[in-house]
Amino acid sequence: MASSSSSHLPQSVFNPRRHVGVHAERVSDVSSTEFPGHYPGEDHSWNLAKFKQNLKVSVKRLSQRSVEFDLVGVDAAIANAFRRILIAEVPTIAIEDVFVFNNTSVIHDEILAQRIGLIPLNVDPRLFDFRPPGGIPMDRNTLVFKLNVTCERAKKGSSSPYINEYVKSGDLVWEPQGEQATVFASRPPAATNPDIVLAKLRPGQVIEMELHAIKGVGKEHAKWSPVATATYRLHPLVLLNPSKPVPPEHAQKFAKCFSPGVVEVSAAGEVSINERYLRTETMSREALRHKEFEGCVELKRIRDWFIFQVESEGPYTPESLLPESIKVMRGKIASIRAAAEALLEDSQHLGGGVGPDADGDVNMGGQ
Amino acid sequence: MADETPKIQILKGAASDLSAATYQIHDESHTIGNALRWMLMKNPKVEFCGYSVPHPSENHINMRIQMYDGLSSLAALLQALKDLDDLCVTIDDAYTYSLRNDNYERWDEKS
Repeated sequence: MASSSSSHLPQSVFNPRRHVGVHAERVSDVSSTEFPGHYPGEDHSWNLAKFKQNLKVSVKRLSQRSVEFDLVGVDAAIANAFRRILIAEVPTIAIEDVFVFNNTSVIHDEILAQRIGLIPLNVDPRLFDFRPPGGIPMDRNTLVFKLNVTCERAKKGSSSPYINEYVKSGDLVWEPQGEQATVFASRPPAATNPDIVLAKLRPGQVIEMELHAIKGVGKEHAKWSPVATATYRLHPLVLLNPSKPVPPEHAQKFAKCFSPGVVEVSAAGEVSINERYLRTETMSREALRHKEFEGCVELKRIRDWFIFQVESEGPYTPESLLPESIKVMRGKIASIRAAAEALLEDSQHLGGGVGPDADGDVNMGGQ
Repeated sequence: MADETPKIQILKGAASDLSAATYQIHDESHTIGNALRWMLMKNPKVEFCGYSVPHPSENHINMRIQMYDGLSSLAALLQALKDLDDLCVTIDDAYTYSLRNDNYERWDEKS
């Protein structure tokens, strides 16, 4: 049985209330039921101390481009909020305006402009303001780049027959405006990756452009998304049925139904689960297809154990992305709170509740 | 135009003591909607709470809150916002602690 004494996972993981069932054709018990009034005699009201006790956040793997961490003890609503914010609401800088002075390449202006917009830039967005729609470009909200490339024929005997055959993201030339030269002196704005091919040229073809980069968020356009992916999955769990062991003659076949290492087979043909490898289980449900394993095994996922995988693509280090998303979340909460407090104050001034007025609307949300 | 839209509006049909009301929150989505709904449902004084995004091209959510005992749904909303903020701080602290103190795998990823 998986919950043996050599357990690698905390015992509370085997609490059936935390399990999402994974069956051959469907999933079951997806939603959490731990709300006040659901279970008689149990208190499931919000309790910060209890939450702190149950919460487990642990970083598992970190590279210069990605991070994997576990978030245990929160509801999907919270985990999903952070995932959504990571993708759509953490601001970055991207090229928004492209002024084409000359483009004799085979790639059309608008296609090239679209490609240029998608280049990830290494600029810290915290140093920038948002530029309102129709706002005036200033050194606090706009970065200027020049892209001037002319292709020529190379001298005989050189390694390539052309000079500037490829227009790459590394060809962007930053033009400091106002105070930018001092603010960005330590880390001049450029593409995070200088080798992105934007266009291919032949001798005589010219690209001459001015590019303006501004701050934005991913919900407006994906070019402002700071992540390549931000996803989570639930921790897998494989439970063997102690009253119906896997037939020893089929033990090897059973082990092959799972990801390598998850199922161990003893010399006697006894089957056990190696919990160390459980998180690598792909949950292919292959074991559920075979008659001989019917009733031997149950596949589960742990409803409140989120394995986050976040890949940074842009100025943020991967480990700083979750704190940034929490900042954005708290900013949203603060703005709603200010509006709600204003509503409350208005209702108290009126001395009898914020009732709907003559046309039935209550409209007091201003700060 | 954008400045004129209030962040929160109470839609018509709300009880005069606000024990049951629908709040229209402007410029928010499922991100806050579902998280706030969950936190409100954790309050034993809340009889019912649900949210909807009425139309994908309208930039607001409707949050319906009904209270037991004629209590104020606005007070419950404020409490839920405060609790949600506490939750964010707790997660931030736990993550920062893990990042500083845990022994995790560091690896070199080629781009």
